[in-house]
Amino acid sequence: MTALPLPSPRKLGLVIDLDTCVGCHACAVACKEWNEQGAFGPLPDQDPYGAEPLGVWFNRVHTYEVAAGNPLPPPTPARAIAPAASAAAAAPAQGMTVHFPRSCLHCEDAACVTVCPTGASYKRASDGIVLVDEDKCIGCKLCAWACPYGAREYSEVRGVMQKCTLCVDRIYNESLDPADRQPACVLACPTRARHFGDLGDPGSEVSRLVAAREGYAPLPELGYRPVNRYLPPRPRRDGAAAADPAAERFDASRLPPLLRWADRLLSR
Amino acid sequence: MHPALSVVVFTTLSGAGLGVLFLAALLQSLAPLPLSRELAVAPVAVGAALLVAGLGSAFFHLGRPGRAWRAFSQWRTSWLSREAVAATATLGAGAAMAACMWIAPGGTGATTAAIILAGCSVATVYATACIYTSLRTIPAWHNAWVAPTFLLAAGLSGAAVFWLLLSFAFWRPGRAEGLVFALAAVGFALAKVGYWRHIDRHGAKLDTGAVTGLARFGSVRPAEAPHTEANFLLREMGFVLARRHARRLRPCAVVLCGVAPAVGGLLAFAGLGGTAVAATATLSLLAGLLVERWLFFAQARHVVVAYYR
Repeated sequence: MTALPLPSPRKLGLVIDLDTCVGCHACAVACKEWNEQGAFGPLPDQDPYGAEPLGVWFNRVHTYEVAAGNPLPPPTPARAIAPAASAAAAAPAQGMTVHFPRSCLHCEDAACVTVCPTGASYKRASDGIVLVDEDKCIGCKLCAWACPYGAREYSEVRGVMQKCTLCVDRIYNESLDPADRQPACVLACPTRARHFGDLGDPGSEVSRLVAAREGYAPLPELGYRPVNRYLPPRPRRDGAAAADPAAERFDASRLPPLLRWADRLLSR
Repeated sequence: MHPALSVVVFTTLSGAGLGVLFLAALLQSLAPLPLSRELAVAPVAVGAALLVAGLGSAFFHLGRPGRAWRAFSQWRTSWLSREAVAATATLGAGAAMAACMWIAPGGTGATTAAIILAGCSVATVYATACIYTSLRTIPAWHNAWVAPTFLLAAGLSGAAVFWLLLSFAFWRPGRAEGLVFALAAVGFALAKVGYWRHIDRHGAKLDTGAVTGLARFGSVRPAEAPHTEANFLLREMGFVLARRHARRLRPCAVVLCGVAPAVGGLLAFAGLGGTAVAATATLSLLAGLLVERWLFFAQARHVVVAYYR
């Protein structure tokens, strides 16, 4: 049924730290590997070893360059910026590189679900995970058109739409060690930039992380109310200040007596 | 958006077919033409054939056509499902009207079926338009211009095909019909120009900084792509050809589906609405609608493209 369920108190999702992500693509590879053989697989590729390989990945890691200084004036005055915080002070003096893993945000108001004509797309009432029943999908691709986050990729080989399952076949899998009952991307991350948990519970570890780091979801103006959150990059140290020759100066008279004596001895 | 030929052809052909069915139903319920039953039923058959051809074209756009029957189930939330239901109801009502016209011409059965058919055909075109207008991810579709232009395009192309069909029976449009057709063609062309002005101003507001939420840190530019080859998103949403050709194709569309049919309508107004004029106006209009519908897809920019460029 493509009508959305009543909002559930449990909202499972990911929290992705853009500060610590190093853009290694391990999450994307681990995702592809698990889901190729998981309950929603396979994820076949067209022309996998040829000139133009093409296939479904649930997770894509972009890399962006954020230029120094304040953002350029917007082309239209009405433009709304995702997190409205006036964090002009956080603008990096030297510019920065941000790695941005992009996958399904398991929206609360998931338009990809409501546009589905067959009932193949659905949002689980119990935990809010958005899934595709690949036995019902007719491959009309309308759900991919409805998603602003590019979370859905169509399998040319299978003729159906595929998407992130939040590793629903791992997180409830009792044959796995409890520590392993997390999405494959979270377990694979070498810098622990990915966190999994219940974002509907304000006391959960992920919710506290979001509150402490001002986690956000992009494109709130479109109104899909994503569950996943991104933690913004922390303000970078000002590289220009470190390179300042004035910082090299030091006042020998302020050293402890022993070091002052050593300094005098060595300065002869 | 990638202009899939099957969808461009589907929306154009089914629109024309639904326009023919709507006009046939309107005439049947208000003022049936003094025609033999074979000639009266012919436009219904042609309208239904155009609609079926369009549906068949969309059918092949699906990844799993064998499961298409499932698309009738989610009419509570999905405009695509509503379109499927409305199109099927239209075919049913058309068949019922044709049967009544054949068995009992002038009876109340035909009038009742005609009223239902008129409603169903308008509902189908409206549902088709709403598939596009409901997508907040595509500003070029999510606006108030789309539904009226879809309805007008269907009515106009339906009228042209209807005129052509009746011209084979030596029917000639009167001064009023000619004038209304010419005005509708001009109105449609003006509506398209208004639509294009709208999308040029409000086309793509969300840039890379907005879609990543990083705009508050500075101007954001993609440094490295997430994949070296294309993917589904770039093939389906990242269509760039149109921006290069729109400047030429827009005037083409205006001439083919605005100016030429309007001249045809004026010739009909002057009493020269014969088969040759009708055929020229119809072919020009359908060709223009294909160009216009191709641009409708090709010029629509999806928000997700901003993650890439």
